[in-house]
Amino acid sequence: MDTGGIAAGARKVYEALLEARDEARLPLKVEKVGSLGYAFADPVVVFKCESKPPVVFGAMDAASARELVEKHCRAGTLLEDRVMATRERATELDGQKQVSILVKDTGRSGSGDRTTFFQETIREELEYHGMGSRIQVCRALDMGLYQQGVCVQLLPSRVTYANLSAPDVRRIITETLQGGRILEDRLVAGGDPQERIVLRNCGHIDPDELESSLRGGGYRGLVRALSEMSPAEVIEELKTSGLRGRGGAGFPTWLKWLKTREPDADRKYVICNADEGDPGAFMDRSVLEGDPHAVLEGLLIAAYAIGAEKGFFYIRAEYPLAVERVQRALEQAREQGLLGDDILGTGFCFEAEVRLGAGAFVCGEETALIASIEGRRGSPEPRPPYPSVSGLWGRPTSINNVETLAAVPAILDKGGSWYAGFGTEQSRGTKVFAVTGKVRNSQLVEVPMGLPIRTIIEDICGGAGGDVRIKAVQTGGPSGGMIAREHMDTPVTYESLQALGSIMGSGGMLVMDEEDCMVDVAKFYLNFCVDESCGKCAPCRVGGFQMLRLLEKIHAGKGEGGDLEAIRRICRCMQTASLCGLGQTAPNPVLSTLRYFENEYTALIDPETERAGVALASGEDDNPESWERF
Amino acid sequence: MEQGKEKDKDTEMSMGTELDYLLEWVESLQDKVREVVAEWEGREGNLIMILHAIQNEFGYLPRGVANELAKEMGISLARIYEVITFYNYFRLEPPGEHRIQVCTGTACYLKGSAELYEEIERHLSVRGGAEGDFQVETVRCIGCCGMAPAIVVDGETHGRLIRQEVAGVLREKRKGGQL
Repeated sequence: MDTGGIAAGARKVYEALLEARDEARLPLKVEKVGSLGYAFADPVVVFKCESKPPVVFGAMDAASARELVEKHCRAGTLLEDRVMATRERATELDGQKQVSILVKDTGRSGSGDRTTFFQETIREELEYHGMGSRIQVCRALDMGLYQQGVCVQLLPSRVTYANLSAPDVRRIITETLQGGRILEDRLVAGGDPQERIVLRNCGHIDPDELESSLRGGGYRGLVRALSEMSPAEVIEELKTSGLRGRGGAGFPTWLKWLKTREPDADRKYVICNADEGDPGAFMDRSVLEGDPHAVLEGLLIAAYAIGAEKGFFYIRAEYPLAVERVQRALEQAREQGLLGDDILGTGFCFEAEVRLGAGAFVCGEETALIASIEGRRGSPEPRPPYPSVSGLWGRPTSINNVETLAAVPAILDKGGSWYAGFGTEQSRGTKVFAVTGKVRNSQLVEVPMGLPIRTIIEDICGGAGGDVRIKAVQTGGPSGGMIAREHMDTPVTYESLQALGSIMGSGGMLVMDEEDCMVDVAKFYLNFCVDESCGKCAPCRVGGFQMLRLLEKIHAGKGEGGDLEAIRRICRCMQTASLCGLGQTAPNPVLSTLRYFENEYTALIDPETERAGVALASGEDDNPESWERF
Repeated sequence: MEQGKEKDKDTEMSMGTELDYLLEWVESLQDKVREVVAEWEGREGNLIMILHAIQNEFGYLPRGVANELAKEMGISLARIYEVITFYNYFRLEPPGEHRIQVCTGTACYLKGSAELYEEIERHLSVRGGAEGDFQVETVRCIGCCGMAPAIVVDGETHGRLIRQEVAGVLREKRKGGQL
């Protein structure tokens, strides 16, 4: 039950479940949890029974919730078109009796959807072998596999087969079900490439209950930090882990903490930056709504390491549910002595409160965020001095992103070297992405760094939604850029994305297909930045506006020869002369679309003047090969 | 004649009650301001949180609030106005009875939120602009990218909407309002 789930009708499902349970007088516990990440399948219900592996039901409504209680709880019957196959696949039967078979055509057959055909075939074959009444054959909502033909998953073993043809049906029954042998040639061996560290508890615990969080391992990291480690050791552990800021820039977290720890001051502050403003990004919201205690624990550890006694959650006012859950988490922590004086009897004192944003994107920038907490207009200040020296009310302040803080408790709990075992040399650990746009399954994913973009888009999220090919993937929101189709095999790291002219950003990953006009997309992002510019410095205020006018002119088909050159000039000016990150990065979407899709710009400019435009621009382009290819 | 007199009486009475109502409202406003200021007294950087609390109560920040706040908090009016006008979230106009928010996050934009917005505007203006009770606005990402394109009508989210469905959603709302 996060914002997305509730919007999709999770409340009605919850009420229907309670109602049906009470009517049937079943000893069933119905719990509210945060998002599992399957945004495309909202609302999601996870059914757990002690003796059996959990079953995930998606695309639920009130009627199917009632059906779930009546049929599944009682008889273990699965609901048609609702069950999501588990991604944790098995390669052995483990000697269990299989009771159900999930089936779905995941595409690429070229002959339409054959799910129902296979369902019937398997049923008939089971009948023939006298197993029809014992095994249920059910159409799955999602297999977690895509473009792999007809797939089946046997439950409870979780053995999964892909690319099935009609003759395989008999083999499954005679060899696997009766003979207990695995069909090696059809077996899907690999599990999910995802690695859930930040999202470890999202969708598994009740975010409104401290106890539920504790059962999920909450506050173990804090206990270890407070009881066994000195602040310097905590920072050292973070250094070992290699954790870098997940808000986008990727500054090493340990260094930020050390820099804030060093100066002498009467007071120090820690701030959790939850002003997630990138359009199309909902990672931070999901974490705050799914596991608020993890973020609070991270903030507590940060405060301990730095020597701060006061902290703030700066949350967008547009996230009322996240605000509510964080506030509740704070109250519960206070009641249990995890906030306040002498925390856990260690003498460590810390208090935290929530401050709301008010719809200003620029407030995600550190100095603007500080101004906003101080109750002023969110105008950025020139740096240095950095907030680690002079931040909130002139005191040393460390500002960390939600995802960064949520990773900290896991690092303290399991050790820095464990965390460093994920990812690449330069970019360690995992990163959460919100994959949306023209993709089959919009969802939240958490993957080890270094995984190719293609794996995320195609293997986890199912690739393009329809028949239209993917053109590019946008990362980093209004400060980021495009990754063209040709570069889809690039591993996701801070460095590799930067080399492509984009950035890691906070984790929005937007898929665009052939139908999307890149000039229009660039215009969209620039419009966003122009709208959100605070107006303090001229390069951003004037440059952004003028560039937007040029883009609008081109998009309307009235472009002229010198326009692209003018755009590039404005971009350079904004990048070098703007005061804060917003202005410096606002040209990125424009530059990166120009880099990979200049043809779309020139096609919109009058053909007569087009040649002149290219000629003018080519003299200045630092990487002529990139656009000559088109 | 008699009828006319009665009418006058009616208007007088209604004006009287309206005035009372207005006075009551202003008083409740002052009370609220005092209450909120007291709650946040002595805490640094409280202005934005105070404005949030007041807007939550009244749906917007009436002009009088800034005056009242300036008095209560002992800061200049300009200081308060500069903050109110800087942040998108704060509104100086009262919201309409029905509030339609069209998400303009990137996912929704790609899937046609601009079209939805046009369609909603068209529907409301075709009706002779008599739909003062409907208020249409665009909002930044509402975080339902999985359901793009999405609109929020009075807090209820409608996802995966296509142009042709807009009329139905609005009709439903109108009916609901009349009942």
